[in-house]
Amino acid sequence: MLYRECGQFKSTYRDDQSIFPIAQDRWALWIALAVAIFVVPTIGSDYWLGSIFIPFLIYALAALGLNLLTGYAGLLSLGTAGFMAVGAFATYNLMIRIPDLPFLVAIILGGLIAAAVGVLFGLPSLRIKGFYLAVATLAAQFTIEWVLTTFGWFTNYDASGVISAPPIEMFGYEFKSATSRYLLTLSIVVVLALAAKNMVRSSIGRSWMAIRDMDVAAEVIGIRLLRTKLLAFAISSFYCGVAGALWAFLYLGTVEPQAFDLNRSFQILFMIIIGGLGSILGSFLGAAFIVLLPILINNAAGLFGGAIPADVVSNFELVVFGSLIIFFLIVEPQGLARLWQITKEKLRMWPFPH
Amino acid sequence: MADEAGKHIGEVLLSASNISLSFGAVHALTDVSADIREHEILAIIGPNGAGKTSLLNCINGVYHPQKGTITFEGEPRADLAPSEIARQGIARTFQNVALFKGMTTLDNIMTGRNTRLGGNFLKQALYWGSYQRDELEHRVLVEKIIDFLEIQAIRKVPVGRLPYGMQKRVELGRALAAEPRLLLLDEPMAGMNVEEKEDMSRFVLDVNDEFGTTIALIEHDMGVVMDISDRVIVLDYGRKIADGTPDEVRANQAVIDAYLGVSH
Repeated sequence: MLYRECGQFKSTYRDDQSIFPIAQDRWALWIALAVAIFVVPTIGSDYWLGSIFIPFLIYALAALGLNLLTGYAGLLSLGTAGFMAVGAFATYNLMIRIPDLPFLVAIILGGLIAAAVGVLFGLPSLRIKGFYLAVATLAAQFTIEWVLTTFGWFTNYDASGVISAPPIEMFGYEFKSATSRYLLTLSIVVVLALAAKNMVRSSIGRSWMAIRDMDVAAEVIGIRLLRTKLLAFAISSFYCGVAGALWAFLYLGTVEPQAFDLNRSFQILFMIIIGGLGSILGSFLGAAFIVLLPILINNAAGLFGGAIPADVVSNFELVVFGSLIIFFLIVEPQGLARLWQITKEKLRMWPFPH
Repeated sequence: MADEAGKHIGEVLLSASNISLSFGAVHALTDVSADIREHEILAIIGPNGAGKTSLLNCINGVYHPQKGTITFEGEPRADLAPSEIARQGIARTFQNVALFKGMTTLDNIMTGRNTRLGGNFLKQALYWGSYQRDELEHRVLVEKIIDFLEIQAIRKVPVGRLPYGMQKRVELGRALAAEPRLLLLDEPMAGMNVEEKEDMSRFVLDVNDEFGTTIALIEHDMGVVMDISDRVIVLDYGRKIADGTPDEVRANQAVIDAYLGVSH
């Protein structure tokens, strides 16, 4: 099946504005979804589902949230993990303090609380931008971590600071097995990813990109800067908050502030830089790159059958990983999503590029 | 000029009275008063640094003058943010193309309609029902503008890849998308070759003629200014030195002195 639009004529604007205008993209999405829903749980072991696919999906969701803020609205943030922590702890507190609160409702409320916190830390964005804004959002990261570790109320006065997450039950079914947790994560991520895709192709997404590309012109054509920027912070933090709650409840099974430190923020920022700023697909590609590549390298080293000592392997992994990042950024500074786009453009012409 | 096209120039749409704007010791505008009448094409000319762009910036709220008032549609206007002024019906283009480079031509022009295409973000996230209908309705209007400016072929091209002349045209399209009552054009023909200038002049005249849009433009090409404008305002060193029809201005001694210099 060749990737080309030949013969796909659109006679209405409705068709032209559909979410995936090219038929091959639609098929690819359906196939990817089918593989993710039916094939992965059947052939994947509990280890693969629980320790690789679930964190990959959650990372992708957090990267998506950051990408809305940084890639689309052009507001650089280093507070991602902080907002994830807010989501996780808000969901935890809602669940233990309000009995019988359904998990999905708790997660949505947790996301909304993260959104409110995001708006608060987004307020400086009206005055400062670029690297200076990144430093301002760093304050969010440190403040949130400090608040969560200092005030016992948030951790329900748990002495260890590591709380096991309450079990998740919906419709009388307990989400305990890796497969069920994977499928729950997958459905939440797919729904939110489609919502994000819709937002970036409607007027709110255009306002974000307008602010990113030229804020003076955006204001002159009637876009209210403060409102639009704060909305970007709110929606981005909502995504990060939901990702944080999923991280605590469906991946780790524990709620701890240490899971959401500055390193996590950087990791997610690297994902969108490598994956592609301003691209929904890029968030997934970046997350896949950062989560899966170290595992691949590790397994590749295993092929040498113990000829290499373990400590050398783990250091070598970092070296290879680092050089691959540099390689990809030199080849295509706009990220993997852009590489994919170029490939698609070439495929449309192939095999007669002239 | 006015009667030959059969158009009638109406009431005063926007009036600036005794506007002064200074940045520290630099007096960008001193005591400038000017009226813009409905349906007219007003050209603002003057040597470099005369304050032409500053005047436009005052009109659409990028700067707030320290002294003087601006009255739009008969109502004196408080110091509003540019986004609010845009919502009142004043659109503009910039001297250096200020398009959204990462977006396609279509998206740039669609963004011009953002003030009218609202709806909350939840509806947009679902992209369903009333929002989708709105988006399609606005798309139809945007396509009319694309047709009008003859840029169908570059509809889906990111504007960063377009040649300069085309970018200027897209920028005009984005300003038109808001269906403004008053359109401010800051050097719409700067850096263009003769052919592109002719095209752009034709578009400016057609916008004025077909949509009845009032236009105030800054331009350095005197041939263009004299040909398309109904009235000309001349600024020099932040002061208004002449105001009248192209022929009157051309004969005005103060204008000739400002452009050619005088011996002291």
